[in-house]
Amino acid sequence: MSQALLKVENLKQYFRINSHFTVKAVDGVSFEIYPGETFGLVGESGSGKSTIGRSVIRLYQPTQGKITFDGQDVSAQMDKGTEKHLRTGMQMIFQDPMACLNPRKKVSDIIAQGLDIHHLYSSQKERNDKISEILEQVGLAPEHATRYPHQFSGGQRQRVGIARALIMRPKLIIADECISALDVSIQAQVVNLMKDIQQRTGCAYLFIAHDLSMVKYISNRIGVLHLGHLVETGTKDEIFRNPIHPYTQSLLSAIPHPNPIVEKTRKAMSYDYREYGVDYNLGTEHHVEGTHRVLATDDEYERWTHQK
Amino acid sequence: MQDRELILSIRDLDISFQTTAGSVHAIRGVDLDLYRGETVAIVGESGSGKSVSMKAVMGILDKNSTINSGRILFTYQEHGAAKTVDILQLDRKTIRHTINGRHIAMVFQDPMTSLDPTMTVGKQIMEGMVLHDRLGKQEAWKRAVSLLTMVGISDPEKRMKNYPHQLSGGMRQRVVIAIALACDPEVLICDEPTTALDVTIQAKILELIKRIQNEMKLSVIYITHDLGVVAKVADYVNVMYAGNIVERGQIDEVFYDPRHPYTWGLLSAMPDLDTNDERLYAIPGSPPNLMHEKKGDAFAPRNIYALNIDDRLMPPMFKITETHAAATWLLHENAPAVQMPEELRARIERMKEEAAK
Repeated sequence: MSQALLKVENLKQYFRINSHFTVKAVDGVSFEIYPGETFGLVGESGSGKSTIGRSVIRLYQPTQGKITFDGQDVSAQMDKGTEKHLRTGMQMIFQDPMACLNPRKKVSDIIAQGLDIHHLYSSQKERNDKISEILEQVGLAPEHATRYPHQFSGGQRQRVGIARALIMRPKLIIADECISALDVSIQAQVVNLMKDIQQRTGCAYLFIAHDLSMVKYISNRIGVLHLGHLVETGTKDEIFRNPIHPYTQSLLSAIPHPNPIVEKTRKAMSYDYREYGVDYNLGTEHHVEGTHRVLATDDEYERWTHQK
Repeated sequence: MQDRELILSIRDLDISFQTTAGSVHAIRGVDLDLYRGETVAIVGESGSGKSVSMKAVMGILDKNSTINSGRILFTYQEHGAAKTVDILQLDRKTIRHTINGRHIAMVFQDPMTSLDPTMTVGKQIMEGMVLHDRLGKQEAWKRAVSLLTMVGISDPEKRMKNYPHQLSGGMRQRVVIAIALACDPEVLICDEPTTALDVTIQAKILELIKRIQNEMKLSVIYITHDLGVVAKVADYVNVMYAGNIVERGQIDEVFYDPRHPYTWGLLSAMPDLDTNDERLYAIPGSPPNLMHEKKGDAFAPRNIYALNIDDRLMPPMFKITETHAAATWLLHENAPAVQMPEELRARIERMKEEAAK
């Protein structure tokens, strides 16, 4: 296997509220993303999936752990070269397409902001050419460049957000719930667009979402996150065919299928962290098969695999 | 299903809104029937008018709305006798005093904004009982506790004194449901009750509403955009697009034998867990802006199967079976035979196989 594009080792992100109370949003998470693949991160709200995305792109200063991006350590204090390497090589698409675009800026200025900051063009013409090219790539017309965000529909705005990320030719794009604010029919359009772009440019995605069926559709590998711990990782087949951790099982059983006869009789599995008596801090990583790993103590692992 | 008792019947509802940018024709002739003890789902994208039509039933439309035509006939039991009223003819105050809460209750999308942050949970549940049923405080307290137990909140006595911010999202939605059930309503309208919640909690809330519906013989109207949720809860489905109902039918008819191209699109745009196709089917374009009146079928510009006539005349509802109907010219006897997309057909076959197991 080729070298990992992004390697996160034992990442911890704590938020200190006051001297008595610290929120452990992410507590010892490790995973890798390889060039050109899509890694899906799922979990309920408050499980720390967005925090991981933000720590990786250094919107937060990680409390502990090591993040290596494209061969360079980006978790500690960065020198100028490393920072530039990170800021150009990694980009982010946000959840709410209305809130993440500056309403007072034209689309062309929003998209080209990265180019402006890093001085990536030599003439105004080159800048305009780059903008039109990227707009066409995401399915908008070059004349859209002079408009303002409010003149677009939700789906089009998300395309502007994608164009902004794409213009830097990043190696990794972090997509933080980028489709959950869109309508069902528009979601499919945006997901198809993201897949096309991946095929064309070979960029990797860290796809953060709570909608498991979309995650399964777009991802090569999936990580299941609960209470700041990565409880299970593996390829999508491994996770969906053979979920080991009870939380993963309950998550899979909770997805409603659009099949009325089956759905009417199906009951979702419930999983309560406390009732189950699982302490994530005690668990160690157990290797199941291939890239499939589960967080559990020896005892729990034995029990969960034998239930099958 | 011989003697089904009709509770709510909406006929030819037509609503527009006056905005600074002009008039928006949001609802264009909606018909809907609800029978006792059954569940009807309304599916559609945002802006298709599903919430607005239900707000009309509750009499809580915004001030800038105009009801152009239509009737909403509601039959309810009062002092042991059945009474039928046209909700659109009543004034706001009468609706508020006699219908809302007592006979028709509503559960809203976001449990944080639909609860009052300055009142304890218990007080909010008791409010309706004291007002509508003129219960004494102690009696109301007792009933509120039993309601909280019914919606699956542990330690209800303690929770009565909690404020909404002390509860989790799933618990808050349970409280909202308890408030809706406080006055023993006949109809429960759920406006995207689980959209703001996690999948695991969503499943629990849906199962809860279903259980309560059986216990209390409620009729439920679900408003949602999630076809998976519809499949889990509904008996009847209405698919809405641009202020019209484009397809209606029993759940099995709409899911296993959809006829409208928009329903085809919706069903295939959803990735089911067995999808291994490289691309998802996506409906091209985006929903229409209702500010601009469009002649003919509103879905025509996004419809690859659109016929010439779609640009001139709005299709009527074509009956397929006694309960199943769709508004598309493709069902006209002179229309060319168009089959649903191959991928969707394969998927439905797969679903049927799975169901037969």
